[in-house]
Amino acid sequence: MYVIVVGGGKVGYYLTKELLAAGHELVLLEKDGRRARQIADEVGSIVLNRDGCEGKHLEEAGANRAAIVAAVTGDDEDNLVVCQMAKHHFDVPRTIARVNNPRNEELFRHLGVDEIISPTRMALAAIEQDIPVHELLHLAQLEGGELELIEAQISEDSPAIGRKPTDIDLPEGCSLFVLIRDDSAQQIRPDTVFQAGDKVLAISRTECETDLHRQLIGDAHGGPSGA
Amino acid sequence: MRTIIVGCGRVGASLAGRLVREGDEVTVIDLRTEAFDRLDDDFPGQAVRGDGTDEDALRRAGAEGADRFFALTEGDNRNILAAQLASERFSISTVVAKINDPVRAEAYAALGLATICRTAMMTESIAAFLGVAADKAAMKVRVPTGRHDHGSALAATTTED
Repeated sequence: MYVIVVGGGKVGYYLTKELLAAGHELVLLEKDGRRARQIADEVGSIVLNRDGCEGKHLEEAGANRAAIVAAVTGDDEDNLVVCQMAKHHFDVPRTIARVNNPRNEELFRHLGVDEIISPTRMALAAIEQDIPVHELLHLAQLEGGELELIEAQISEDSPAIGRKPTDIDLPEGCSLFVLIRDDSAQQIRPDTVFQAGDKVLAISRTECETDLHRQLIGDAHGGPSGA
Repeated sequence: MRTIIVGCGRVGASLAGRLVREGDEVTVIDLRTEAFDRLDDDFPGQAVRGDGTDEDALRRAGAEGADRFFALTEGDNRNILAAQLASERFSISTVVAKINDPVRAEAYAALGLATICRTAMMTESIAAFLGVAADKAAMKVRVPTGRHDHGSALAATTTED
C-alpha cells in the first residue's frame, strides 16, 4: 500500500519508521531542509524536502496513486489543506489529519477529512478516566465553612433512583433544595422522584458529607482509588 | 454591514480603513498587537488580538452574524482554514480568502471558496502593462468556479468513495 506522510516532526518521523518496518511503500514530505536531511540520513531517499500543501509537490510525490495521505504536521491549517488537496485534487481514497484544536475535529470531518487523530482529545480522555465522575461537587462554602453548597449528579447506579426525598434517610443538618433536570431548575418537593441524570443541589454540614454521598451517589465509588 | 478582517497587514489595515469610511462596522483580528499600529490613528472599528483560525477567538470577535469576512494573513493555509470556519461554522455569506499560491487558489475556487491571489494579480497586471496577453479574471477576486455551496460540494465528494 502506498502512503504519503506529510510533516517530519516527531509524529511523522516515528510514523514513517513504523510504516517502513511494516513493509509499506511510502514517501515523507518535510518542508524544512535541515529536518528533511536529518531524517533522510537515517531512512534514505524516501524523504522529499517539499511542502506537502502545494499541489505540484503532492503530484510529484505520486498522490494520484496513493492509498492514504496522512498529514501530521503540528499545524491544523496545514493538515487540513494537505487532506483537502489530496482528496479533491488527487482523489486519494483515505486522508488522515492530525488535529490539535479539538474544536476543529467536526469541521475537518465535514470538509472531507476521513480520519482525525487528536492528541489533545486522547490525553483528555486518558485524564478524564482518572477523575471520578461519581462525586459530589463543592460549589461554595457558607457560614464560614460550616455549611457547603454541593451538587450531586444522580447516575444510573445511584441508590436514590426511583425514590422520593422522604424515602431518603438524610443526615441531620442537610437539605436538598433544587433539582436540575433537562436543563431547568425546579424545587424539590416531597413527591419528587429522582431519575438518572438529575442534578441535586444540597446544603450540608461539612461533617455530613459522607452520609450524603452514600445516599445520593452510592457506597462503591468512595474515591479515585475505587477504579 | 458588519465586517470581520483576519490579518492586520498592509492589505488588511488598508481595507479596514476603506470600509469604515463606507460606514461599515469593522473588526480586525491579528495575533500580534503591534500589527494594529498599521490602522489609522482614528480607526473607529474594533481591533481584537487573537487567532483567526480558532473558532472561539472568532466568536469572541463577533463572527456570529457578521455579513462579510476577509482572511488576509500572510499564511495561505491559515486563510483557508479561517475562511472555511467563517462559511461553515458562522454561515457568513460573503467570504474571501487570500491565497498566494495560484494552484491552491484555483483548487479552492473550484471547491466553492472566493479567493484572491496576489501572485496571479501581479503577474497579470504586469503582463497587461507590457501589452502581453493577460488573464483579466486573475486580477480580481476569483469567484467560486465550482459548486457554490462549499459544504455540500465537499460532502458530495466524500460520499462518492
